[in-house]
Amino acid sequence: MSNNTILEIKNLSTTVGEEKTPILRNVDLTVGRGETHIIMGPNGAGKSTLGFSIMGGPAYEIESGSIIFEGEDITDMSPDKRAMKGIYLSFQNPIEVPGITMRSFLRSSLQQLTGKKIKFSEFNKILEEAMEMINMDPSYVDRDVNVGFSGGEKKKAEILQLLVLKPKLAILDETDSGLDVDAVRTVSQGISAYKKKYGGTLIIITHNAAILEALDVDKTHVLVKGKIAKSGGAELIDEINRNGFEKYIDG
Amino acid sequence: MANVNIKDVDFKRYDFRFDESSDDYIREEDGFTKEIIKRISEEKGDPEWVRELRLKCLDIYNNMDMPCWGPSIEELDMNRIASYVRHKTDMKNNWEDVPEDIKETFEKLGIPQAERLSLAGVGAQYDSEIVYHNLKEEVAKKGVVYTDIETAIKTGYEDMVKEYFMKLIPPTDHKYAALHGAVWSGGSFVYVPKGVKVDVPLQSYFRLNAAGAGQFEHTIIIVDEGADVHFIEGCSAPKYNVANLHAGCVELYVKKNARLRYSTIENWSKNMFNLNTKRALIEEGGKMEWVSGSFGSRVSYLYPMTILKGDNSKMTYTGITFSGEGQNLDTGCKVVHVGRNTSSVITAKSISKSGGIGMFRSSVVIEKAATNSKCSVSCDSLMLDSISRADTVPAMDIKAYDADVGHEAKIGRISDEAVFYLMSRGMSEEDAKALIVSGFADSVSKELPLEYAVEMNNLIKIEMSGHKA
Ligand SMILES: Nc1ncnc2c1ncn2[C@@H]1O[C@H](COP(=O)(O)OP(=O)(O)OP(=O)(O)O)[C@@H](O)[C@H]1O
Ligand SMILES: [Mg+2]
Repeated sequence: MSNNTILEIKNLSTTVGEEKTPILRNVDLTVGRGETHIIMGPNGAGKSTLGFSIMGGPAYEIESGSIIFEGEDITDMSPDKRAMKGIYLSFQNPIEVPGITMRSFLRSSLQQLTGKKIKFSEFNKILEEAMEMINMDPSYVDRDVNVGFSGGEKKKAEILQLLVLKPKLAILDETDSGLDVDAVRTVSQGISAYKKKYGGTLIIITHNAAILEALDVDKTHVLVKGKIAKSGGAELIDEINRNGFEKYIDG
Repeated sequence: MANVNIKDVDFKRYDFRFDESSDDYIREEDGFTKEIIKRISEEKGDPEWVRELRLKCLDIYNNMDMPCWGPSIEELDMNRIASYVRHKTDMKNNWEDVPEDIKETFEKLGIPQAERLSLAGVGAQYDSEIVYHNLKEEVAKKGVVYTDIETAIKTGYEDMVKEYFMKLIPPTDHKYAALHGAVWSGGSFVYVPKGVKVDVPLQSYFRLNAAGAGQFEHTIIIVDEGADVHFIEGCSAPKYNVANLHAGCVELYVKKNARLRYSTIENWSKNMFNLNTKRALIEEGGKMEWVSGSFGSRVSYLYPMTILKGDNSKMTYTGITFSGEGQNLDTGCKVVHVGRNTSSVITAKSISKSGGIGMFRSSVVIEKAATNSKCSVSCDSLMLDSISRADTVPAMDIKAYDADVGHEAKIGRISDEAVFYLMSRGMSEEDAKALIVSGFADSVSKELPLEYAVEMNNLIKIEMSGHKA
C-alpha cells in the first residue's frame, strides 16, 4: 500500500438477511488521497451496499475481506468510530430525525468529530459559509433534520453536512438523483469546493454525468452483480453513457 | 425540545436518602387497621367529619375486591406498608426553617431553585406531610389560595373542602380510592377566584423518602369562573428493595370559561406501586389540559379522567410513558362527553425498553346529549428492542348520533437505519438512540415548561444509558 492510499478494500464479500444473500463478491478497490472515484452500475448491483459497508452499516454481514482506512483495519469498527476517523456517507435516502434542528444536530456532530467545543457564533459562521456555497435557504437549518424536506432538499442538506463536517473521505450515494438542473450545478460546485479547499477524497456513486461537470475524475469502476466488472479512467463514463451496462452484464 | 448536548447526567440525582429511623421522625406501624387510622386522625387533629369519613373509607376498603385486570400487584404486601411517616416539624413558609436533611433532599432535586425560576408558588411534601409552602405575595393578593388540605380546613376553607373532598372520586370508586380516603395526608388545596389569571405556574413536589411506606396525598384544585392557572406536580423517591405505595387522589374543578393546565413529571423509584387516581370536572366553556410524563414506578395504574359536563368544554391530554426493565406501566386516559359541542384530544406516546411493558388504555364515552362533539385519540409506541412490549386498548361508547370520533394507533421499533444515520455523523449508539427517543418525545416535551423539558430529556438520557435508577 502506497503512502498515498487513503482507502483500501481487499477481497470484500458481504451478505444480507437471514438467508445470507450474497451482495458484494470479492470487491477490491484502492483509493488514493485526494482522488475522485466514480462507481457506476445497474440498479441493484450493490453500489449502496458498498457505501454502507465502508461506513459500517448494520444490515450487512461481512463474509470475508477487509477495509483499510489510512493503514488501519476498520472492518469491525462501529460507524461512529469510522466517522471519527474521517469517513462520511451521503445517503441515497437521508433519514428524517424529528426533535432536533439541523443546526444543533450539525453543531453537536462537529463537536463530536473534532473533540472541541464550538461556540454558537463560531459555528453559525461555518454554517452560513457552507450554505452560501450551495445556495441553500438558511431557513432549512432551523427545521428538524430532514423532516418534511423534499427529495432534492434532503440531498442538498447532505452536501451541506459534508461541507460543515469536512471529512477526509466522502462517499456520495446518488446525491444528484432528484436534484433539478440548477441544483445539480450548485451541488457539483459544492463538491468541487470540498475537494479543492479541504483536499477531500471522493467516491461518487451516480447514474448521471452532469454531477461530474465541475470535477476531475481519476477513476471509474463499473459494479455489476456485486463485482467490479471494469475499472478505467474518466473515459469509461462516456462509454457507459453511450452503450449502457449490457456488455458487462453478459461478460 | 430535544437536546443532544445533555451530558454528564448525575445518576445519583434521585437516589439518595436519609436515615429516618432517628428520633426526628414519627412512623406509624405497618398495616391498615382501625386503630392506626384513629391514631393518624388524632395526630392530625381532624375535624369529626374527616375522622368519620376515614373510618367509613377503611370499611369500604376492607370490603372491596382487588382490581382483577391490569398488571399484577401481588408483590405489594399491604401488611408491610407504613401508612404515615412524618418529620417532627411543622409546615414552614420560610425555606431556612425547613430541617437540614429535608432541605438538602429538596435542594438536590432543584427545589427551591425552581421557585426562583419564576414560579407563583411552591409546595413540598416529604413522606406524609407538607414541609414547605410558599405563595408569592402578588399572587396571594389576588385571592389565590395555595396550601395543603389540612391547613385549608383549619384556616377558613373547611366548608369548601367539605363540598369538594372525595366528591369527584368517591371512595367506592375502587379499592385504592377507598384506602386513600382512610389514610390520606398532605397534598394541595388550590383556589383561584373568579377571573384571576395566574400567569406563572404553581408547583408541588412530592418526595417519598421512607422505605416501605405509602404516600397518600390529596389534591383539590378549584379554578373559578374565567380564571386560569397552571399547576405542576413532580414526584420522586430513592430506591429501596421493599415495596412502596403511592395512592394519591387529584380532584380538579374547572368552572365556567376557566382553564386549568395540570402537568406531571413522575419519577418514582422502581420499587413503587403507583395506584393514583386523577379526575377533572369541566363546566361550560371550560378547558382542561393534562400533560403527563411517567418514568418511574414498578407498576402504575394511572388513567386521568375528564368529565366534559358543560357545553363547549374542552380537554386535551398529552402524555408519555417510559417503561424500562422490570416496569409495567399501565396508563391511559378517560373522557366522558356530557355537554354539547364538547371536544377532546388525546395524544399518547409510549417508549419501552429492556423488557419494560407499556400499556395505553383509552376510554371515550359520548353521551346522547353531547351532540356535535368531537374526540380524537392517537397513540404512538416505540419499542427499543424485541423483548419489550407495548400495547393499546381503545374503548369507545358513542351514544350521540353525530359524534366525530377518530382513533389512531401506531406501534413500531426503533429504526436501525436511523441509528446508523446518526452514528455515521459521529454520534455514539447510545446518544443516537437517546436522540431518536427524545425526538419521539418531542411533542410532549414541547408542552412542558423549559426546565421540565430539560428534566425529561435528562430522564430519557438516564434510561437510555441503561442505568437502573
Ligand atoms: N436489507 C436488505 N434486505 C434484502 N435485500 C437487500 C437489502 N439491502 C440490499 N438488498 C439487495 O441487495 C442488492 C443491492 O442493493 P443496493 O442498494 O446496494 O443496490 P444499488 O446498486 O445501490 O442500486 P440502485 O442503483 O438502485 O441504488 C439489491 O438486490 C437489493 O434488493
Ligand atoms: Mg443505491
